Amino acid sequence: MRRHPGLFLCIIVLVAIAAGFFVYPKWIGSQYMPWKLGLDLVGGSHLVYQIDLSNVSSTDQSSVVSGMRDVIEKRINLYGVSEPDIYTSQSGNQAQLYVDLAGVNNLSDAINQIGQTPLLDFREVEQTASGTQYVYTNLTGEYITGAALIFDQTTGQPQVQINFNSDGAKIFGEITAANVGKPLAIFLDNQLIEAPTVESAITGGSAVISGSFTVAAAQTLVGRFNAGALPAPIKLINQQTVSASLGIDSLKKVILAGILGTILVILFMLFYYRLLGIFAAMALVIYIALTLGIFKVFGVTMTLAGLAGFILTIGMAVDANILIFERIKEELKRGLPKASALEEGFRRAWPSIRDSNMSTIITAAILYYFTSSFVRGFALTLLIGVIVSLFSAITTTRLFLRVFLKDKKA
Amino acid sequence: MLNIVGHKKIWFALSAVLVGLALLAIVSYGFKESAEFKGGSLWEFKIPVSQPSLAVVQSEFSNTLHIPDAVISYDSGNQEFLATFSTADEATHQQYLTILNNTWPSFQELTFESISPSIGAGLKNNAIIAIILVLIGISLYIAYAFRKASRPISSWKYGWITLLTLFHDVSIPAGLLALLGHIQNVQIDSNFIVALLVVMGFSVHDTIVVFDRIRENLLAQRGKVPFEKIINDSVNQTLARSINTSLTLILVLLALYFAGPTDLRYFVLTLLVGVTTGIYSSIFIASPALALVSPKDAVK
Repeated sequence: MRRHPGLFLCIIVLVAIAAGFFVYPKWIGSQYMPWKLGLDLVGGSHLVYQIDLSNVSSTDQSSVVSGMRDVIEKRINLYGVSEPDIYTSQSGNQAQLYVDLAGVNNLSDAINQIGQTPLLDFREVEQTASGTQYVYTNLTGEYITGAALIFDQTTGQPQVQINFNSDGAKIFGEITAANVGKPLAIFLDNQLIEAPTVESAITGGSAVISGSFTVAAAQTLVGRFNAGALPAPIKLINQQTVSASLGIDSLKKVILAGILGTILVILFMLFYYRLLGIFAAMALVIYIALTLGIFKVFGVTMTLAGLAGFILTIGMAVDANILIFERIKEELKRGLPKASALEEGFRRAWPSIRDSNMSTIITAAILYYFTSSFVRGFALTLLIGVIVSLFSAITTTRLFLRVFLKDKKA
Repeated sequence: MLNIVGHKKIWFALSAVLVGLALLAIVSYGFKESAEFKGGSLWEFKIPVSQPSLAVVQSEFSNTLHIPDAVISYDSGNQEFLATFSTADEATHQQYLTILNNTWPSFQELTFESISPSIGAGLKNNAIIAIILVLIGISLYIAYAFRKASRPISSWKYGWITLLTLFHDVSIPAGLLALLGHIQNVQIDSNFIVALLVVMGFSVHDTIVVFDRIRENLLAQRGKVPFEKIINDSVNQTLARSINTSLTLILVLLALYFAGPTDLRYFVLTLLVGVTTGIYSSIFIASPALALVSPKDAVK
């Protein structure tokens, strides 16, 4: 880098220009990987459901939670939400299920239905002239004590075992006796999930569904049975709904504030540091393009807090430049020639720059690991921003100065 | 050159008054916790056509919706109402929505948030854990950053003073928010905690820059020049960069405060006050305090 500063500077500038086009929400930038915007900017709902697992044995808990997640994802898909963001967390006997529905409005009835306990039932299958008909039976999820993934002892094939309680065993025995050779349909939330063929009457209270399952498919099925059968009441404990109009308004305002802030910082740097300020300004623009590019490439969901965090880093990114420029000024005052004043300034400012940014990095990292989704966005953009700004300060600005501020003789 | 260290009594007195007032505000008023921490509902809405007065909306909430504990405020700049009341489930929320839509056809919901008390308590817990961890993390970092400074001022003195200025910088914006909570019902949420944590990070940032210079000058000049003078020189040498690095941050914060979305207003205000206090404390408190604890008989 020391030998060919011009070459490296060209590379950085070209990458930054490419990043600029990539992140700009119009023209080419909009065609590849659209920006992921949080629901506080596009409108939508953030829902938190609590699943009470106190009546579920600890071995079944994770299966119930994943089954519940699966059921809720299916329900949301029915409302036409293409990519719902669903995640779960568990502490003790309480599990939390988070649902982010971005860009969706008027989901009020969906919000209620999403959080209902899944309904599992068995239906007989009748072939009539008009097609297949499903006839309700008395057997529902409440007669099931649980489901488990097992493996066939000879073939090693994954299978799903369902266990019934004593009443359930009796009903299941009667139904299977009446339907030998015919399929028996299993519905979850009124949707057909499986229709295994009854081979013989099963009275032992335990049935095995075999088929050409993959392990993953069998596990999903087990989860669905458990979600529909086990006593795990679910309720909505937190909801946050933002209207689309407010979201767009926030987005416009925060972008405006970001542009305004950038202009103010650039004007300040030009006014106070003159020629050096021009390089800081250019480095800042490159920093903004590169950082936004990183956010977009890694698919960081941009929330209002996240954008605020990024805008803060715009004010911080020039910090390193200020520390360096002040050092260079001092070295020049001491009578060093330009080129050595520059190198000396960078060298001596670096420990301060590193130390002072480290405290912000520590804060951002702790915030990222110990807080909820909304604060997380802020912590993440702040963290990435500070790290990129360190890079920007020691490479971009330095290259600019090396290329453009040479001693006449050197 | 400014004689900053020489006038340290003035700066200490000023800070003592400010921090004292801030602590007094926190102790006597406490913080108004938002629904996010204590559980409850937060409802932001607009009624653009009918433009009812705050009193009319308040009576609609208590008499028609039968929510006696609803607290409603009006933001005239954005013509937005904010209602806070106890936790409401989705069915109740829909019921309220229908009634209000009947009363005012132009009723427009902006945000609705309902949080159960247990979640709120969890969020608050997490916030407290984050504060403690940040304090530990920053303390460890300070100890690391100043590990080499031993004589004539031992490294733990740098560390304690950095923590002292951190406390100073955090208590003043926190006191302001307690005061705003008392007079304007401004509530604190996790954004407020985040702002305080970020202020902590910046406070240390500024102080480290000055202390770095003091350390460097002490190594070069100790024994030749009195400590007070070394410290005062160092502060003056770093004055421009201390102010400028924070000033650029203040510029973007001002842009966010005046042009940015209203949801971020108090978050940005907390940061603005904290960062401004941070500039002051790194120049006028941290270094004079270091002079106070440094040995007096340095020049032999």
